[in-house]
Amino acid sequence: MSTQQTSDDARTPGGALKEAESRLHYAVRELSQASWVITLLSVLVALVVGALLILATNPQVQATMGYFFARPGDFFLTSFEVIRDAYSALFRGAVYDWQAATPQRAIRPITETLVNAVPLILAGLGIAIGFRSGMLNIGGQGQIILGATCAAFIGYAFQLPLGAHLLLALVGGALGGAIWGGIAGVLKAKTGANEVIVTIMLNNIALYLIAWLLRQQWFVQTGSNQPISASVDESARLFGILGTGFRLHAGILLAIAATIFVWWLLERSTLGFEMRAIGENPEAARTAGVNVPKATALVLIIGGALCGLGGAAHLLGTEYRLAAGIAGTLGFDAITVALLGRSRPLGTFLAGVLFGGLRAGGVLMQAQTGTPIDIVLVLQSVIVLLIAAPPLVRAIFFLPHPDGSPRVRRRRRLRDQQAAEAASEPAPTQEVSK
Amino acid sequence: MRSFKPKTLFSLAAVGVLALSACGEAPDDEPDTDEENGEAQAEDNPDYTACLVSDEGGWDDQSFNESAYTGLQNAIDDFGINSSTAESSSEADFGPNVDAMVQQGCDLTFGVGFLLEDAINDAALDNPDLNFGIIDSTLPDEPDNGKPLVFNTSEASYLAGYLAASMTETDTVATFGGLQIPSVTVFMDGFADGVERYNEDHDAEVSLLGWDKDAQDGSFSGGFDDQSAGRALTEQFLAQDADIIMPVAGPVGLGAAGAIEDDGEAKLIWVDTDGYESTDYGDIILTSVLKQISQAVYDTVEEGVAGDFTSEPYVGDLENEGVGLAPFHDFEDEVPDEVKDKLSELTEEIISGETVVESENAPQ
Repeated sequence: MSTQQTSDDARTPGGALKEAESRLHYAVRELSQASWVITLLSVLVALVVGALLILATNPQVQATMGYFFARPGDFFLTSFEVIRDAYSALFRGAVYDWQAATPQRAIRPITETLVNAVPLILAGLGIAIGFRSGMLNIGGQGQIILGATCAAFIGYAFQLPLGAHLLLALVGGALGGAIWGGIAGVLKAKTGANEVIVTIMLNNIALYLIAWLLRQQWFVQTGSNQPISASVDESARLFGILGTGFRLHAGILLAIAATIFVWWLLERSTLGFEMRAIGENPEAARTAGVNVPKATALVLIIGGALCGLGGAAHLLGTEYRLAAGIAGTLGFDAITVALLGRSRPLGTFLAGVLFGGLRAGGVLMQAQTGTPIDIVLVLQSVIVLLIAAPPLVRAIFFLPHPDGSPRVRRRRRLRDQQAAEAASEPAPTQEVSK
Repeated sequence: MRSFKPKTLFSLAAVGVLALSACGEAPDDEPDTDEENGEAQAEDNPDYTACLVSDEGGWDDQSFNESAYTGLQNAIDDFGINSSTAESSSEADFGPNVDAMVQQGCDLTFGVGFLLEDAINDAALDNPDLNFGIIDSTLPDEPDNGKPLVFNTSEASYLAGYLAASMTETDTVATFGGLQIPSVTVFMDGFADGVERYNEDHDAEVSLLGWDKDAQDGSFSGGFDDQSAGRALTEQFLAQDADIIMPVAGPVGLGAAGAIEDDGEAKLIWVDTDGYESTDYGDIILTSVLKQISQAVYDTVEEGVAGDFTSEPYVGDLENEGVGLAPFHDFEDEVPDEVKDKLSELTEEIISGETVVESENAPQ
């Protein structure tokens, strides 16, 4: 192919230029097909949208807008300062704080990011397994709640030696999530019930279950009637791995291990192959001898266990006490993390760290610059929106469609046709016609 | 030539408006002098910083977060202090938000709601030079630099219960809560006792729907944001002949107000703030059970600015007017004088300790 092309070029004037152009097109097309480029561009667009919203709601900027024509410089300078302050605070809160009083405080933000990322990664992996197997597990929230509830109860109600206690609490958490996911899994496998509906309903049941449990004295064991449980014992807590002053706990090691496990499960194990097969085409999988009901149930059981583990790590590592809002929005953030990570283990890990960072940075941004923390939610939402719609990102950045847009395709076909004609005709004729 | 299309006209108009609105004059470079003249009376304490961390409700919850926020804003206006606020979007944010306030050097940091109890308690232990406050809860370790701000709302809702029982025409009144937590059920306990008191005094049989004080069980909307749940509960109560209803559920009470307005006969008792002013349903609001969180925050900031901060708990009750009944507004003429007299009599009794409103949910 290449030799033919060079011989063509040699004969066709301007061929070299054309070839360079097509190479560029090719490179751009390749690039725009790469998912990480879309992801990066989505983050960029989200930051721009966030910046516009910050500007629109900032009273200082509004004030300078009032006399824009009298002194436009003020508007631009203030806008620049506001955006710079907000985003640098976001960065300082998430990665490295160069304004901190002590070196310890300076590196604390990145550890906070990881603390936030732990439950997101674990639950995100649980959701991702479902996505890869063609199942929409919307029940992360309920599975996290169950995981946290079981882990908490084991954590303060039992007296066990160091190590064994933590292990049992973690296993209990994973089991809680597995049961909750398993209900949906078994129902789907046995009766064909839609897992989306079942998992959403199970979220509500989990919410009322925890609200009821927190009113039972045998459960909370605090002696007060506030709906919050006792603290888990020291022996059941995920130990800190950086010493005092840092909240980073062993949960991050758990998250790394889980990421590797999920990679192995999906890419290397027979079970994972079966799971992916039922995601691609259940009929074909059945024909190929896969036990579809069993694999279906296992997807949601394993996914639920990972979500439960996420809830357990969140409780045993950072919160220590169970309250009705323990899961916050983790279950739904986990879905977006899995989406952003394109349901790949490493992608989910990195997406979890990104979202954890946005959360950690949002705190500092709100406290220091008064920028509402809701901006972080907007950033997350815009990122996911764009990830889910790659053509939109390509349209914004004028990137070519991976298969070629209709116009490009027509032009390419025309060029191919011309080239074919040129090749079929003798070279001198072409020169004459030129 | 092309004719103007409406779209073109519209965009021209929009650009014109934008341009006009941006034609204001630039301010002088030294605007500070004006400001100082304008606020000559206000004190100026730029060195003092008071901070506030919300729970999941956020500052616009028309309930206790908003109330605390108002208190802080008033303090800023009057004392010229610095401030910083943080909204929490989930329980995982409490610790980091309080920590961010400490890092900012806040002299006084309030946590709004019992859920922040641990975060405030830990921060107070770690930072003995800074002061902290917690609203609607107490601190487990009772540090010297942490002040609990709690409210004995049962005393005020006792009056509301008595009033409701005297005003009902169907001998049935009702209440419901948002979640079964002490800061909610303490209202319901007092309300139940007030109704009970009326029954004893008048040998009447006014029944209360939605809360059984002895069993500590009743009707709840399951949260503080689902207004349709409040509406559904209220419609049930109305169907059971209740004609005065007290929702203790923040914004969910608005759903109850809607149902009551449609009913046309029934009345509403609002809680936390004076509903006559804070909601659009003034014409059906008999009265409101006030919980003066904003005043408590304001007072605590005032103490802090003056250097008089103590860890002595602030307990809002009828005596210090931290809780109370709002004016009757539109119902001023409908409430008989003997009921008004009886209410002030009851207030006296409660303040003097002759009548004790007991509630296991009241702050200790």
